[in-house]
Amino acid sequence: MSSVSASSKTPALRDPAWSMRVFWFLAAIVLVWPMFQLTEFRPWILLDEDNLRPTLNFLGDMVPPKTDPEFLTMVAKEAWRTVAIATAGLALAWLLAVPIALLSVRVISISAISGRMAPLPSVLRQLVRWVAIVLRSVPELIWALVFVRVVGLGPTSGVLAIALTYGGMLGKVYADILESGDVHVSQNLLRNGSGRLQAFFYGALPQNAAELASYTVYRWECAIRSSAVLGFVGAGGLGQQLDSSMKMFAGGEVGTMLLVFVFLVWLADRVSSWLRSALA
Amino acid sequence: MSKPMNDSAPKLPAPIFDARCKSCWMVFGLLVLVVLSFWSLDLQWERFASMDAMARMGKFIGELLTPNFEPAFVAKVAWATVETLAMSALGTLLAVIFGLLWALPASKTYAEDPARWRTLSRGVLNVLRSIPELVWAALLLIAVGLGPFAGTFALALHTTGVLGRLFAESIENATDQPAFALRARGVGSVAVFWYATFPQVLPQLISYTLYRWENNIRAAAVLGVVGAGGLGQMLSYHMGLFQMAETSTVLLSMMILVALVDVLSYFSRTRLMN
Repeated sequence: MSSVSASSKTPALRDPAWSMRVFWFLAAIVLVWPMFQLTEFRPWILLDEDNLRPTLNFLGDMVPPKTDPEFLTMVAKEAWRTVAIATAGLALAWLLAVPIALLSVRVISISAISGRMAPLPSVLRQLVRWVAIVLRSVPELIWALVFVRVVGLGPTSGVLAIALTYGGMLGKVYADILESGDVHVSQNLLRNGSGRLQAFFYGALPQNAAELASYTVYRWECAIRSSAVLGFVGAGGLGQQLDSSMKMFAGGEVGTMLLVFVFLVWLADRVSSWLRSALA
Repeated sequence: MSKPMNDSAPKLPAPIFDARCKSCWMVFGLLVLVVLSFWSLDLQWERFASMDAMARMGKFIGELLTPNFEPAFVAKVAWATVETLAMSALGTLLAVIFGLLWALPASKTYAEDPARWRTLSRGVLNVLRSIPELVWAALLLIAVGLGPFAGTFALALHTTGVLGRLFAESIENATDQPAFALRARGVGSVAVFWYATFPQVLPQLISYTLYRWENNIRAAAVLGVVGAGGLGQMLSYHMGLFQMAETSTVLLSMMILVALVDVLSYFSRTRLMN
């Protein structure tokens, strides 16, 4: 009894996990220190005289954003082009994704309903799946960079870049969604002699339609954000104007365009969440 | 007694078009948007489809298929990959710290919480979030110059917006009972947060953080295109000089990095779910 009372004399002052805390704290320092070195993390250069003055000038220029009608018309036109690049790119991506999804989804495989899939379709499905993964794993900015190099500046590169990356992305996710649904319906149809497309349209599609549509709308929202970024490598739209204004240190123009951009993203977010709630 | 009569009356087939059919109008609006987009953009398909462009594309791809595997260059690319990883990790870490700090004023934790700063801090988080990393990086080049610091900082700013909002949502969604029990005994708000709210939301914070880190590795790889360090900077440098063998190596390592992250996240997710 005495030992219990001795050990519980100062219960609040003893931290049972103290040594582990010290260990993890030191381990974190050891891990984080090289990262600071690698990324040349020196926040104080923000306050350096040579950096501070142009930064403050630039920020000062931003405060009354440029609002003359001519410039605003140009910005509105570029904002529309950003949306248009995203929409056109996503439309092409959809055209690419539907065949990818139809070819790679195993729910509508006729040979798979009786056990193992036949070797040829199985190889084809795996191949199409790999194509989707490769298309998806190259970021759209890299595709745009390559296309701009080959055919020159302009929105075509942006549209194609979005079409390729998002085509792979949509194709893979469509296939995943279709496979995660209830497979009995389409398998029943296949067993009773309906074709693959019939099984798809009457079995797999109806139960997953809302999810597929809402994912597509979500990706459209993402495509708007990324099409604005694609302009930085010369693929047209708001990003390209933003880039050139930044290079000229035109703070007022950058201020206006950033505001328009934030508004555009907000609008896409609203429209997308409204559409998704209407679809659900 | 008129109900059974109504039920037995033959049902008319659904009309093909109904002005109140919401999804018909949505599809129609969508089609209009797509057509307008294609029509208003001066897309130069013939330039893409021309023999000249095809030939250039073929040459480009041919050059890409011969990567430069000199040990010295491979070591440089490997170092840039490590730098990319460090940028993403540090950017995410800073974002976790600042996101959590900013999520506190942005969340209303109980019914009587005045949460005076909620609207304002949510606005700041939304602005941080809606400007992409790449635009932040381009802006920061003016303030801090070329190099990985601009990229890290840009990642941290954008991710602070994303994580701050997600953290605020999970703090608001946490059950209030443990916090209420402490508040009723007069415990200060800092202690209430650390002992009641934080342990509840910690698993969610960790999963959001890992998810954003995964995204940030991908983003950090391309951020350098505007000059913010890592693999992207090497890519735009060698591509600008038309050194295709080097470009190809960098592209290859980028794809391997992204694929590796995908595979790792897939396996860790399936393992965590089982």
